[in-house]
Amino acid sequence: MKKKLIVIGAGMASGRALEHLIDADKDAYDITLFNAEPRGNYNRIMLSPVLSGDKEFQEIVTHDAAWYEENGVTCRFGEQVVSIDRDRKVVVGQNAEVAYDKLLIATGSAPFIIPVPGKNLPGVIAYRDLEDTNAMIDASAAPQAKAVVIGGGLLGLEAAAGLKARGMDVTVVHLMGHLMERQLDEAAGYLLRRALEDKGIEIKCNASTSAILGEDKVEAVLLDDKSVIPADLVVMAVGIRPETRLATDAAIEVERGITVNDAMQTSDPDILAVGECVEHRKQLFGLVAPLYDQAKVVAKTLLKEDAVFAPKEVATKLKVTGCDLFSTGDFAEGETREDIVFRDPARGVYKRLVLEGNQLVGAVMYGDTADGNWFFGLIKDKTDISEMRETLIFGPAFQGGASLDPMAAVAALPLDAEICGCNGVCKGQIVDAINAGATDLGAVRSTTKASASCGTCSGLVEQVLATTLGDDFVLPTAQPVCGCTELTHEDVRRLIKSKSLKSQPAVWQELGWSTPNGCHTCRPALNYYLLADWPLEYADDPQSRFVNERKHANIQKDGTYSVVPRMWGGMTTPDELRAIADAADKFNVPTVHVTGGQRIDLLGVKGEDLPAIWADLNQAGMVSGHAYSKGLRTVKTCVGKDHCRFGTQDSTGLGIKLEKHLWGSWTPHKLKLGVSGCPRNCAEATCKDIGIVCVDSGYEISVAGAAGMEVKQTEFLCKVTTEEEAIEIISAFTQLYRENGKYLDRIFKWVAKVGLEWCIEKVVDNIDNRKALAERFEISQSVYRDDPWAKLSTVKEAPKFGPLANLTLEAAE
Amino acid sequence: MSWLDIGTIDEIPVRGARIVKTVLGCVAIFRTAENEVFATSDRCPHKGGPLSEGIVHGRKVTCPLHNWVFSLENGEAQGDDDGQIETYEVKIEAGRLLLNSEELQARSAA
Repeated sequence: MKKKLIVIGAGMASGRALEHLIDADKDAYDITLFNAEPRGNYNRIMLSPVLSGDKEFQEIVTHDAAWYEENGVTCRFGEQVVSIDRDRKVVVGQNAEVAYDKLLIATGSAPFIIPVPGKNLPGVIAYRDLEDTNAMIDASAAPQAKAVVIGGGLLGLEAAAGLKARGMDVTVVHLMGHLMERQLDEAAGYLLRRALEDKGIEIKCNASTSAILGEDKVEAVLLDDKSVIPADLVVMAVGIRPETRLATDAAIEVERGITVNDAMQTSDPDILAVGECVEHRKQLFGLVAPLYDQAKVVAKTLLKEDAVFAPKEVATKLKVTGCDLFSTGDFAEGETREDIVFRDPARGVYKRLVLEGNQLVGAVMYGDTADGNWFFGLIKDKTDISEMRETLIFGPAFQGGASLDPMAAVAALPLDAEICGCNGVCKGQIVDAINAGATDLGAVRSTTKASASCGTCSGLVEQVLATTLGDDFVLPTAQPVCGCTELTHEDVRRLIKSKSLKSQPAVWQELGWSTPNGCHTCRPALNYYLLADWPLEYADDPQSRFVNERKHANIQKDGTYSVVPRMWGGMTTPDELRAIADAADKFNVPTVHVTGGQRIDLLGVKGEDLPAIWADLNQAGMVSGHAYSKGLRTVKTCVGKDHCRFGTQDSTGLGIKLEKHLWGSWTPHKLKLGVSGCPRNCAEATCKDIGIVCVDSGYEISVAGAAGMEVKQTEFLCKVTTEEEAIEIISAFTQLYRENGKYLDRIFKWVAKVGLEWCIEKVVDNIDNRKALAERFEISQSVYRDDPWAKLSTVKEAPKFGPLANLTLEAAE
Repeated sequence: MSWLDIGTIDEIPVRGARIVKTVLGCVAIFRTAENEVFATSDRCPHKGGPLSEGIVHGRKVTCPLHNWVFSLENGEAQGDDDGQIETYEVKIEAGRLLLNSEELQARSAA
């Protein structure tokens, strides 16, 4: 008969322990899992990105109910454990008793609430779980809501940054003289403070809370110096303490945490403990890497294998976009210690290394943390650094005179070097996965979870792949954007988001552009990326646009332009046709041509006449057709059921609705749609970027077609029953392309890179994500659903289309 | 030397250009990010593209038709392309842009 294992707590440590156990021997135990939270396991350290809105909760779930079911774990979600009866070997839950042979306590920790008056008022919360995160998100929805975060440590600052990102007024109250004093020295603390203040967060250091004020709910925080800070929400993030009540009640040995030996056993050998609730050799653990090491040991002990937990050095990183900091080891001053300090105030870079004898014992970095892992390795391995002391602060690239090949650096890393901090994956696990058949980043990601959370280590994982596979590894050809940078489009897009870069000069500066203001290749791409990522904050730069988009007309080979007014869904009227004919006469348009997208093209207009012809067309109710743009062009339609004996739906009407919804939006490349009223497909919708084929039962949406240099049929995305759903899915898909596509990649190229499955997951299966994408599209459209012709044909703008001076007239005089 | 007043620098967008019409064709007046001004012929020697409509970067401009890049300082085509555009003297005095007319006349002789 199988032995019975009970696990109390579904946190990151227990999740990892179960994974190791089940991987090693699926049939060793009948497992029952109690969890007070009514759900499975999620990556708690990623709650900060959920709070700031960078991630959805679903993205951080690591083990959902289905995972436990697949692996035969009986889950008692939402049920608290009342007590442990060691004599009878049962766990008493709220609903039932369950017997065990082995018990694993993984109750984690509870936030510390400072004992001041008012601490129990509604609106005072800790920052610990999804409920807290949701409470903060809810509180931020009120207009002009104010938050006070008590505690300027890692967690408090992540909470503050997240709340600020959601639009709240945030003040951080910190007892100590500088922020994150356990991880940072004063100088780095100052830089961090400045960066947070630049984000609009108010910081009060040396500030002690004496009471929380309010009648029925929190209204303000009173400090020792008698100052009062108004607050609708107070977040206590002053620390955590191990959750040990069950162990204490069961008379298991507890000091600050539940004491465990090197095999993770408590004073009762049938009871193990793991995670933040344990104390091992007088030490508590809050960061994730040692917890994962403990989880491995727990699994082995449960399988009666020998294993020893030995804590290792850990490094700290702050998950606040735009604040790059890294801290590891011990950086306290001491008589036997020496400092090496590097400052570059203009760049906001600060680095400090602490040496003791010939070893590095601590490192603090702010602003430039690229070499952090290398320093971390030197500390952990107790490397003798006397040979490289003079150049040590400049990092691995400067050792030994010549710059070190990054591949060699990765190859030299030991197998236990951590590669992925979020998921605690070391090089050895990645190498194992590769030896087991993973040959690309995606495969490594799905088997080891390395780079699956925040993704900043993707490059490192690829390097491990390259060094392990050697010639067998085909590194995805990473072409830099242009000669001005060594970064790829993908890197630039990612860094613009992660570093909150909101202007072109910020990108050039922060990402080390080698030219003063870019070139004709990178500037249009940057202009697009910034506009797509920060629609409300970034000001479009016409001088970084190709002439067509700057002049809102197509330049022709002789330097004249072509003008195409919009005809919504391919529909027009006699009045519009008359206006177009009149404009053609008035401006001596030599060529009038019907385009492939069901519109009329007026070719051969002089540049200086553009504002005047636009004004005439505007008068007739027509707007720019964006026939020149990397943006929405046309929505081609057939006549649909109103006229056609086969038509099943109002395809023309849907085409018009789609065009009115999407017009003006800028995309990585041009975007063309088609809507056909029946599978006869007269609008040729199945070779468009996005195509809809109407059928009796609804709308079949397909994407990634092409009919240009390459010809390609669309691939099926989904089928929906209403126009509203079709429009929402198409908005969301367009936004996904806008947010992720490489500049000048048409949709079919982009989908080939990211995979159709991924798109389906984002915009079809995940409804919350779809709605969020559609909403972001709408926010961008609130700025860009606008006729550029009307703006540029004004008295103020139109003259700029003419010459600065006309010396031919002077000569004539 | 005679100088022709052609306007003010504010009438040219930063990292942009405007043209001045002359009897012998258009002259492009460029303004860089550093607020320097340069004057060149407006025609690309390759296929006649209007350089004033190109993207201005550093002290260079890229032709909008086929991406030839020219130095605004000496008019030389950059990179692998082989070509030359005329450059003219232009200066700012008391806020006005002045173009060297003698050079423009020499252009007619050429």
